[in-house]
Amino acid sequence: MAANGTYPIDRIRSDFPILSERVRGKPLVYLDNGASAQKPTAVIEQIRKTYETEYANVHRGVHYMSQKATDAMEAARVKAQTLLNADSEKEIIFVRGATEGINLVASSWGRANLSAGDEIILSVLEHHSNIVPWQMIAEQTGAVIRVVPIDDNGTFLVDEFEKLLSPRTKIVAVTHVSNALGTIVPVADVIRLAHAHGAVVLLDGCQAVPHVPVDVQALDVEFYVFSGHKLYGPSGIGVLYGKEALLNAMPPYQGGGEMIDRVTFEKTTYAELPFKFEAGTPHIAGIIALGSAIDYLNGIGFDAIAAHEHDLLTYATERLSGMNSVKIVGTAAEKAAILSFNIHDVHPHDVGTILDYDGIAVRTGHHCAQPVMDRFDVAATVRASFGLYNTRQEVDALVDGIKRVQEMFA
Amino acid sequence: MSVDLRDLYQEIILEHSRKPKNSGVLEDATGHAQGNNPLCGDRVTVYIKLEGDRIADARFDARGCAISVASASMMTEILKGLTVDEAIAAFDRFQVQLTSKEAPVLSEDDELAALMGVRDFPTRIKCATLPWHTFRAALAGRDDNQITTE
Repeated sequence: MAANGTYPIDRIRSDFPILSERVRGKPLVYLDNGASAQKPTAVIEQIRKTYETEYANVHRGVHYMSQKATDAMEAARVKAQTLLNADSEKEIIFVRGATEGINLVASSWGRANLSAGDEIILSVLEHHSNIVPWQMIAEQTGAVIRVVPIDDNGTFLVDEFEKLLSPRTKIVAVTHVSNALGTIVPVADVIRLAHAHGAVVLLDGCQAVPHVPVDVQALDVEFYVFSGHKLYGPSGIGVLYGKEALLNAMPPYQGGGEMIDRVTFEKTTYAELPFKFEAGTPHIAGIIALGSAIDYLNGIGFDAIAAHEHDLLTYATERLSGMNSVKIVGTAAEKAAILSFNIHDVHPHDVGTILDYDGIAVRTGHHCAQPVMDRFDVAATVRASFGLYNTRQEVDALVDGIKRVQEMFA
Repeated sequence: MSVDLRDLYQEIILEHSRKPKNSGVLEDATGHAQGNNPLCGDRVTVYIKLEGDRIADARFDARGCAISVASASMMTEILKGLTVDEAIAAFDRFQVQLTSKEAPVLSEDDELAALMGVRDFPTRIKCATLPWHTFRAALAGRDDNQITTE
């Protein structure tokens, strides 16, 4: 049991139908939440309910169902706004996921604000989705990318970051929590220092939003992105938060329906926020179900979830630290829910296959973060990432699985 | 479905992965290519030395899992001494045996039989085929770092 004895783990587990599936006759031990989280009944049922009782295209028709779907979708926008504590629902742009959110900012804000010699600061910790869009816009504009290093524990080096800042710095785009190592980046310091140099900040919140409270107003961050599927919601839907004044000043990202005010062949005027950035029919049922996921998490409480996951991470770190030839990769003081490791002389893929044989799902590979792997001079790691429904018993199953790997490769 | 891990990690596979044959750079290679699995970041470089029409030597340098290292080790053993046509035939045979729907027909003393356990682990087939694709690229004189297992 978790240290927090009041955490309703049994009820929570029963809310996730997939957790009663069996893998080759063994219980599923799902430790790949960093890649994508499983869905509670509330989310699954909401998708059904939307298509059965409240579905039509949104912001279009005068008819009843269109209005009902529109109301449900806009209610979900307010839930996302509340989740991030954004000032206005106009600042919540629905996108396909964090990747699209970053591409939107890199493309729209970047084209309007970057020119040759301007600098974009990223960190070694970034997921490829927070590297490649910036490389693409840098190539188009002549801007230059600078990279914040990390230390041997995987800690983001604020001092080194400060040295990179200059009047040429236009944007700082860093992750809030590292997907490969679990490092929590000191984002408040990052934002304060960036602002002191006149730069704007984008935070990739994919791994943060499910695990740590986020307040975009307290952070005073310009852009924040996250993906719904890592927050126990559907895949194919995510959120870009942007400060209203910045979003207003940015050109549209894609053209199409819903994002217009008036179209003639001579000139088109664009819709108000947030619709200016939501061209085309959105993932209506997905947006509404993301709202249900947020409701579900609020029902448990983000603080309770964070405490439960912290207990699991601490317990797993203790158990794996005590194992022969197991090396944890990423040992920063501030971490969230992610444990990356390697077993001496055994490739992560072989570890993954053997664990999978026992029904234990972990991620193996470079985690779309090859610069992190290069920093630690490894090709790949095994990553166990915890969610709100995991248990200490599942950590024990992982430890037993690692022992079987060691026996096989002894 | 009863699939046993030992069908995949047979002793001969583990032995090849622990002590791979022909591992390292071949200084006087006449051809080489680098193979890359973009999904997992694994890399293998295959070197061949042609004397006339015959593969006089073959080596590899890999950063990969037990399956890919064992496959590369076994492959280089098989390739040495073959003519180019025979080597291409061996490549084709391996491909077909590993990926066709029908059960493989290999004699028990065929070393490749040990790798056929991979057939039951679809996510790992690419690990076994990467060295062979890289060998084909080395033979064709391609070295564009784009050799993948697709």
